[in-house]
Parts: sequence; C-alpha cells; structure tokens
Amino acid sequence: MLEYYYKKGKEGVEVAINASEVKHVAKLAKLAFSEDDLQKFTGQMDKIIQMVQQLSDVETEGVPVTTHISDTQGVMRADQAEPGTSRDLLMRNVPQHQDGYIKVPAIIDESEEA
Amino acid sequence: MNFETTIGLEVHIEMKTNSKAFSPAPVQYGAAPNTNTNVVDWGYPGVLPTVNKGAVEFGMRAALALNCEITKDTHFDRKNYFYPDNPKAYQITQAQEPIGRNGWIEIEVDGHKKKIGIEEMHVEEDAGKNTHSPDGYSYVDLNRQGTPLIEIVSKPDISSADEAYAYLVRLRQIVQFTGVSDVKMEEGSMRADVNVSVRPIGSEKMGTKTEMKNLNSFEHVRKGAHYEARRQERLLLAGKSIQQETRRFDEASGETVLMRVKEGASDYRYFPEPDIPPLHISDEWIQQVKDSIPEMPDKRRAKYVTEWGIPEYDAGVLTQTKEMSDFFEAAVAQGAQPKLAANWLMGEVNAYLNTNKLDLLETKLTPEHLATMIKLIEDGTISSKIAKKVFKEIITNGSEPKNWVEEKGLVQLSDPQVLEPIITAVLDDNQKSIEDYQNGKGRAIGFLVGQIMKQTHGKANPKIVNKLLIKNLKER
Repeated sequence: MLEYYYKKGKEGVEVAINASEVKHVAKLAKLAFSEDDLQKFTGQMDKIIQMVQQLSDVETEGVPVTTHISDTQGVMRADQAEPGTSRDLLMRNVPQHQDGYIKVPAIIDESEEA
Repeated sequence: MNFETTIGLEVHIEMKTNSKAFSPAPVQYGAAPNTNTNVVDWGYPGVLPTVNKGAVEFGMRAALALNCEITKDTHFDRKNYFYPDNPKAYQITQAQEPIGRNGWIEIEVDGHKKKIGIEEMHVEEDAGKNTHSPDGYSYVDLNRQGTPLIEIVSKPDISSADEAYAYLVRLRQIVQFTGVSDVKMEEGSMRADVNVSVRPIGSEKMGTKTEMKNLNSFEHVRKGAHYEARRQERLLLAGKSIQQETRRFDEASGETVLMRVKEGASDYRYFPEPDIPPLHISDEWIQQVKDSIPEMPDKRRAKYVTEWGIPEYDAGVLTQTKEMSDFFEAAVAQGAQPKLAANWLMGEVNAYLNTNKLDLLETKLTPEHLATMIKLIEDGTISSKIAKKVFKEIITNGSEPKNWVEEKGLVQLSDPQVLEPIITAVLDDNQKSIEDYQNGKGRAIGFLVGQIMKQTHGKANPKIVNKLLIKNLKER
C-alpha cells in the first residue's frame, strides 16, 4: 500500500537517492541549487532515507497502513457557512491586486487542478 | 482493419453544500470576487482545515445512488502542484481510499441497455478560478477554492461517443435527483476529462490513450470523443503510433488539437493529509444516508407509467431533470389530471422555456397555477383556445388563473340562452353557408363555427356551439 505514496528503492543500488532525483524533487518544489549544494543535499537526504529505510525490516504483514499517528477519528464540523474574511484585510498581503482579484503573472495551461 | 474504441470519463461535480469542504466560507455561485473566502482557503500559515460533515454525507449519498460500496475507513490525501488558482499548493483529495468503489449506472443507446462500471468516486476540493488577460496577467478569484466536488471515475466500459454522451446524461440525472448538486453546466458545476484509446478488434492490449480535460458540454464530449477515435484509427492505419498527450476540443472546427505531450506520469507526490484525522463511517450512518436519498428517476418513471397512465416515452422526458419531475408531481398533487399536466409540461411549457432560454424555476409558473388552469379547462370554464392565453399570462406574469380568467371575462360561453342569439345572427348573415350545408357540404359547419368563435372572441364552448348550430340549421 505504501508504494502508492513512495517509490520503491531500486534493488542492488546502494544509494537511496541520487543527485538527479534530488534535482527532480527540487524542481517540483520550484527550488534551484548550485551544483555544490546539490551534492551536499543528496548526501544528506540519502542518509535520512537510509535511516527511515530501517523501518522496512519490521514485519508488517497484516498490519494496516498507518496514515495518521494520532488516535483521533472522524472530527467533522456541521455544514454551516460563516461569512468570508474581509477582502480588504486579505488583500493587505497581496502584492498586486485589481478590482477584487489577485493579480499574478499569467501562467497558462499548466493547471492540473482537480 | 477494424477498431474498437475505449472511453474513460472522469467527471467532476460541484456539490451544493452551504459551506466549503474544509473551511466554513460560503459556497455560492456568482458572488463578488474573493468575498467568499477565508484564511483557510488562502492557505495562510498555521490554519487548519476541518472536514464539512455535509460534504462527506453528500459524497456518500451520491456514491450510494451510483451503486458504489462505501469505504468505511477512509481519509484524505494531499495532491501537490503549483498553480495560482490554489494558494495552498496542494489539493485535498482522496487518492488512496475513495469514499465509493465499484459502482455502476445503466445507460441506453439505440434501445440497447448497458451497464457502465464506476471504478471509484471520491470527495475533494475545487480550485479557484484564473482569468487570463491579454495584458500578461492572470486575475485570480478564490471564491470557488475549497468548494466540495465529487469525482466519478468510470471503468473503461464505454465504447462509443454516443455511449459517453448517454453516460453523462444519466450521471447528471442521478446526481441531480440525489439533491447533492443542481448540476448546472453553464455554471461549470459539471466538468469531464475524457480519455480515448482505440485498438484493433480482438486485441487484448489497450491502445495508448489521449486525454481532453475540463469539457463542460456533453455535446463537446460526444464530438471530441468521436473525432479523437477516428483520428487515432487513421494514424494506426497509416502505420503511425499514438503518443500519450493532452488534447483540446476545438469548438469551431469540431476537431481535437494537441496541447502538450505527456512525459511519464505526473508527479503529484501524494501523501495522507496530516491535518485531517481519518474517518470511520459507521453502518448506522450509511443506513441513515441511504434512507435520505430521494426517489430516483427510474422509480418515478415506473410510477408515472403504471399508476398515472403516462406513456413510457413521456415519463422518460418528465424525469430527465429533477426540476421538471418535482414540478409535475406537485401539479398532480394539486389536483391536475396527470396526462393533461404531462402534455402541458412537455408541450407549451417546454416550448416556452426553449424560446426564452429559461429554466423552469426561473419562470413565474407554479404547479398550483398549472393545476388550476387544467381544472378550468376540464370543467369547461375556459376553452382550450383561451387556455393558451391564460397559460401565457400565468407563466410570464404569475397571475392566479381563476381570478385572471374572471377579471378578463374569458369564461367560456356555455349558456345556450347567451349563444342562441349570436348563432341566429351569424346564420342570418351567411345565407350562402346555409345553402351549402343543405346541399350536403359539411365544411360549411366549420366556417360557421369559426364565425361564431370570432363573434365571441374565442370564448364560445365549441361543443355546445356545434350542437346548437346543427339544431338551428335543421330548423331553417
């Protein structure tokens, strides 16, 4: 089940993550690093992942996937609307706005929403 | 070589809850930009989402109406992407444990019934709306951000553009009847992503599929899917291969146009939403929701046919939308004879709605007024000719039909004492017609009735006029 979220490590490969994968993740997070930083972070992330990978030694056959670490369950609120936050107030943190809209540089057609 | 087409549809429908899926901001179409939002929708630091029980319940209701099994232990996941229509940079959705699984709906194309499987149905949040301007900027309205959606993913059971169309019509109908959404296409509250692939008949392996995203017209889905299947067939016949790509349906040409080539699966880095605890859905809750589902169109249709004597076809038309079906039932409850009410709704009412491009509920017509008018026709108070006038009045101005008819003096003339002198006068003026009648020309009667109607401004009761006229003619 967990594979749904995390790609399996490749068998026979000693490192848990390589520089090109770190670069890919950085790109998804809209981050850019120098080559030096990239090498440094790759080493650090590799260690972190290897540490976490120790968990795969634990026998988990028949144990349901832990998606949340708290025991809380089923916290919901009733379907009652409250007025929205004042637009003027919200707009104070918006660098550019016009006629009640948030104004951003046009990014066309990269939406994968919904 | 002959091909078979496989179409998969992912349909998003906005639910009409009072508040958003994970924040208490109002869900309301058409409000001034960015007025129905709050700090949760804007993804401010430190804010926490809380699940709207109404959204979960509506999701269950839709899932049950689509014959899905309910996933009793479910949770939400984050789907990560950057786009200005969603300031959180992730969408809260259900990737791993969708609330509904393994459903189906039945469609009918050219008289053939077919079950289309539903892989899964989940609850998620909509994004805001970006309007691109030629000035190089996009203008963002976050009112829609966080509106609860259901996404319904079909199994690859749809094998033609017509089936895809029938599936969408059926889906809209069912969801509308559950009451979780009004499903207004023009407000974008139902949108479909369409996957199309073709393969040689008998081939085990599915062909490479292409995708069209966010279509909000059933007709575009039908035309786009049809065009796309034929395009792929032509490519394969020419020895070329299909590449996995996203295409756009071009309304003007009726063709699909390449938007971008997909390189591998998108990397959304799904993970369980840590801010929302998992949900356990009890059997009691499922039962409660089941009990709350209103009567579905098939049941109503059967009732119209067997109990009310409505022809099968008419019953199908009347149950096309919940609006129409509810209106029809309310008119019958107010005492309208079902067959007459059905005729009016399918005839004059529909014509009026089409001409004026209105929804039934946008007119001034009420079920009560329609029922009253029908009763006035039935008891002979007004003629069917006058009824058309009355109808126009009650649908455009909302007048009470009985009062209006009396006020305007449109009550049908059935009293022989009133009609006799008019008939005598008309006969006196039309000697020629009397002779024609006496010479066996039956058509003369029609002319004379017309003259009497003219004299009475259409108010004379035609049955009585006929009877009196023949009696008078025989006496001459």
